[in-house]
Amino acid sequence: MELRHSVRLDRDKCVGCTNCIKRCPTEAIRVRDGKARIAEPRCLDCGECIRICPHHAKSATMDGYDVLSRYDYRIALASPSLYAQFGPPATRAMILAALRATGFDDVREVAAGAESVTSATLAELLDPDRATALPLISSACPVVVRLVQMRFPGLIPNLVPFDSPMEATATVARREAAAATGHDPSRIGVFFISPCPAKRTAARQPYGRERTDVDAVIAIADAYPRILACLEKMDPVALHEFEARTLAGRDGIRWGNIGGESLALGTERFLAVDGIHSVIEILEEIENERLRDVVFVEANSCIGGCIGGVLVVANRFTARTRLKRSIESAAVSPPAHDVAREAARLLRWTLPLAPNPALQLDADLELALAKYERLERIAKELPGLDCGACGAPDCRALAEDIVNGEATEQDCIVRLREQLRGTLETTAPEGGVD
Amino acid sequence: MLPVHLQFPIRGGDFHSAGEASSGMKKALSKLGVDPSAVKRASVAMYEAEINAVIHAGGGEADVEIFADRVSIVIRDHGPGIPDVGLAMQEGWSTAPDAAREMGFGAGMGLPNIQRNADDLTIDTRVGEGTALTILVRFHRPAPTAPGPEA
Repeated sequence: MELRHSVRLDRDKCVGCTNCIKRCPTEAIRVRDGKARIAEPRCLDCGECIRICPHHAKSATMDGYDVLSRYDYRIALASPSLYAQFGPPATRAMILAALRATGFDDVREVAAGAESVTSATLAELLDPDRATALPLISSACPVVVRLVQMRFPGLIPNLVPFDSPMEATATVARREAAAATGHDPSRIGVFFISPCPAKRTAARQPYGRERTDVDAVIAIADAYPRILACLEKMDPVALHEFEARTLAGRDGIRWGNIGGESLALGTERFLAVDGIHSVIEILEEIENERLRDVVFVEANSCIGGCIGGVLVVANRFTARTRLKRSIESAAVSPPAHDVAREAARLLRWTLPLAPNPALQLDADLELALAKYERLERIAKELPGLDCGACGAPDCRALAEDIVNGEATEQDCIVRLREQLRGTLETTAPEGGVD
Repeated sequence: MLPVHLQFPIRGGDFHSAGEASSGMKKALSKLGVDPSAVKRASVAMYEAEINAVIHAGGGEADVEIFADRVSIVIRDHGPGIPDVGLAMQEGWSTAPDAAREMGFGAGMGLPNIQRNADDLTIDTRVGEGTALTILVRFHRPAPTAPGPEA
């Protein structure tokens, strides 16, 4: 069966604790019968549960190197966060050459696609007839896009209406490879080497476009040891080839960490926010029209930006320093204005984004009102300790589960204890249940 | 059917908790699946009214009633009242104290902004006794039921 999401649970490792249910930004996880369960329609694939689980019961299902054999010509897409995994003496040219040597026919830099997205975004910002509402909200992080669809549907018109750097790079890579090698485009495999599970979900269920140009998404953590091995026995001819190539400019590479996408736009009137819970706070401010002094909001689900993804190897502080090396050694990007309108035309989404009603009580407003009334009543009777022992993240979430017929009031351990104590006190006054 | 009734206290001069009432109402409307544009109008209007009560009137309380086709929001305070409603409705006119202005509030956009976002606004004010604003926002369009690409 085709898996809709990339974040998975290993039932054998799950001990049924409350760490993940408390951390999930959409309250998508419940512990039932001692095991965590992810409600798929609510999952954003942000990976927060993978990060927080002390038992490593949460993992990401990613594509493996075995998928490479399905294609005649294979292209790897290297994201800026990949460069941030390797310290000196590795240079960008060395990393790209080593990545190709792990099993690909060619590699492309996602930073180049990022430069195109910057150009298109600039065109959108400068366009007086812009259909997009202000501030523009970056749509490069798939988690943020899904979050907006689910929790902030009113902000869908604010999203940057262009392909992500990953998609932009993939489309160009496939087209150019087909022209240069004569391979049928469908026989060319395009593989994104990813810092996060959400990118795989985005490649499987693309947004804003009919179909994706990314055939598979491999975790950076999976590619890392292979690249490392190839770095150690670097082929000087291949290295020379990459050193002679025109590589992406610094504006594109900077996208790897939070603030990079904004700096590339060359405006002071931006806000950059990282970490899914902080992103929610800022989206809340935008929706209430309390953030009127900026024209662009860069929002990344991971703290630090893509270098903070759950599938990377280097910690984000080391990664930041390493990315800085790549940024500083890169050439200055060509002016984004020059190709702005052309980029906007090429990258513009062709499909509208729909709201996702996964958090609503009921599709019918009358029924939703009745449920809400009951939810309020039940919530008032619950202890309000938000202990999570029932398997829901807090008392209100349990009340919602009860209203939806997914739990009962007996699931509340605090109330059960009170009832038990009452029974014991009438039968055995000395008895204690603690 | 009875409407869903929500009540929130509004604490005067407390900028830290200011906005909690409108944020609570917004959460409820979103949970109910009310059309996003109506949710936005209701929360922007209520936020402005709530902030007015915090800045000018030493706080008060908010009463929200949600029906299947509309939300009715009453913000009641026991402040000084508005001597000239016509003047207060003009953009840029403000009596906000310096403390509020320094935090970016009190630009004189409050009442006009409420008016713009509400389908109906009633101002019941008595000098020396207090003010009650009744904001009505209709849910023009039905709740969105079309699933997103991954729903």
